[in-house]
Amino acid sequence: MNAAHFLRSRSFMLGLILTLIFVFAALISFLWTPYEIDGVDIPNKLHAPAWPNLLGTDQYGRDVLSMIMVGARVSIAVALVAVTIGMVIGVPLGLAAAAKKGTWWDEIIMRGNDLVFAFPSLVIAILITAIFGASAINAIIAIGIFNIPVFARITRGGALSLWERDYILSARVAGKSPARISIEHILPNVMNLLIVQGTIQFSLGILAEAGLSFVGLGVQPPTPSWGRMLADSQTLVYSYAYLALFPGLAIVLTVLGLNLMGDGLRDIFDPKVRKSRT
Amino acid sequence: MLRYILKRLQALLISLVVASLVIFSAVEIVPGDPASFMLGINAQEDTIMALREQLGLNVSLTQRYFTWVTGMIQGDFGTSYTYRTPVSDMISERMVISLPLAIYALTLSTLIAFPAGIIAATRRGSVADVSVMGVTQLGVAIPNFWFAMLMVVVFAINLRWFSAGGFPGWDAGFFAAMKALTLPAIALALPQASILARVMRSSLLDTLSEDFIRTARAKGLTRRQTLWRHALRNALIPVLTIIGLQFAFLLAGGIIIEKVFFLPGLGQLIFQAITQRDLIVVESVVMLLVFAVILVNFTVDLAYGLADPRLRRSR
Repeated sequence: MNAAHFLRSRSFMLGLILTLIFVFAALISFLWTPYEIDGVDIPNKLHAPAWPNLLGTDQYGRDVLSMIMVGARVSIAVALVAVTIGMVIGVPLGLAAAAKKGTWWDEIIMRGNDLVFAFPSLVIAILITAIFGASAINAIIAIGIFNIPVFARITRGGALSLWERDYILSARVAGKSPARISIEHILPNVMNLLIVQGTIQFSLGILAEAGLSFVGLGVQPPTPSWGRMLADSQTLVYSYAYLALFPGLAIVLTVLGLNLMGDGLRDIFDPKVRKSRT
Repeated sequence: MLRYILKRLQALLISLVVASLVIFSAVEIVPGDPASFMLGINAQEDTIMALREQLGLNVSLTQRYFTWVTGMIQGDFGTSYTYRTPVSDMISERMVISLPLAIYALTLSTLIAFPAGIIAATRRGSVADVSVMGVTQLGVAIPNFWFAMLMVVVFAINLRWFSAGGFPGWDAGFFAAMKALTLPAIALALPQASILARVMRSSLLDTLSEDFIRTARAKGLTRRQTLWRHALRNALIPVLTIIGLQFAFLLAGGIIIEKVFFLPGLGQLIFQAITQRDLIVVESVVMLLVFAVILVNFTVDLAYGLADPRLRRSR
């Protein structure tokens, strides 16, 4: 596996380009947006897409392109932190479960996993919001909690097959503790799995954040987010369809980019798949 | 088989108990007293006390948990803090919309995904396969509520084939009601069908490359016979898991779609309850959704046991 493999994978490259466009849009928005987005400019409300408001303006006269750029950083930040929460808690749990396979440790971790799986992220979000109120932080926590069992399961699955290998046996014979083996030998070898899954959870996180913000359980106004923009456009969609079009396209293209990247990475990491496709 | 069922049943009960404990304690930590909230700031101390007594809030936490659980088992979900009506009535009023919607969407998703997945797998690399993979790649990336909004613009506003939202009620006739649920069901089904078609395709491809398929072909069965008699049955197991997971997701995911179409289903109930801090309603609906997920997983596990005797032993 080298740089050529990455360059040759069409889906990886296409996905990477799509993803980078939105990452750059988000980064640039910290320094510059075509228009200010916190000001209300009623005389300029509901302009159809045309120069200088390339994607039009909303009911408060705010520039849609600028809002999509700022929305990108909200979406990306929420999804990224949620994936991090899932990994930081889920991966050690999965490693521990695999290292202690068949013990009550393993049983408790896996049953706990099943339990969290029974709470769809939307339901977790509803519960958290009912208790603490709606906010971006609560959306992150809800999506993050949902990510934990995903990473725990995939880590455990990958680690279990590794524990059977000879080189792990020799590490045990050499007197290394299960914890040390997990960190030194197992973790680097499940990294590929985790990166692929991380990309997928990232895209699911963006969809989840958009959904939560759409129903008012996520990012609160005036912070723009793609989901909120869609919610705000709902009553105006009859006459101003473009208001619903562009934020939706932003979500689709970002998610598509991440998914293509994930597919590409899986093929690159797994030579078996690579061979059978050619 | 009986041992397998009992073991699964035991896991089901444990999950339910732990889930109910989690939900109950989560709602318990909310500050504020429901009785004073219901009566407003000008309420007299003794009226509040009387209402607390009536709502059963004056007993210990453990006792309240048991009252809540035993109540639910008997179909009594308590009384709404805001509307003072039985929560079970409120839920069943909404269920007659949300449940048919989820079933409708699941049916659509399966009807689309099966043929698409089978065609893609049996004609691997063909134009049909490439288009199925392309369309499903897009289908997975589209947020269902956005797709719903686009459908409203096209089919309700421009073509006027459907109404843009609302629900006439089942009294208006089966077809009128189903018509109102059609766009929401399609919106819900699209991403699910995409996932399901992909799972169907890859599972069937795996099965088709196995030795027993070659044997079946060698003994003289046609491609079609091999597919229907041997390959599909074996490929169905992972597909079943996903269908099970999807049903639960559709029931919960319907909450978002209901908002797009202004459907008075569970979603509307729960958002109302959140804004009005009607926590007993939130608690009950959440428990119900989680119960549905756990029950569906249990059923899928049982179906596995029936389909594959090896699983009965290994668990």
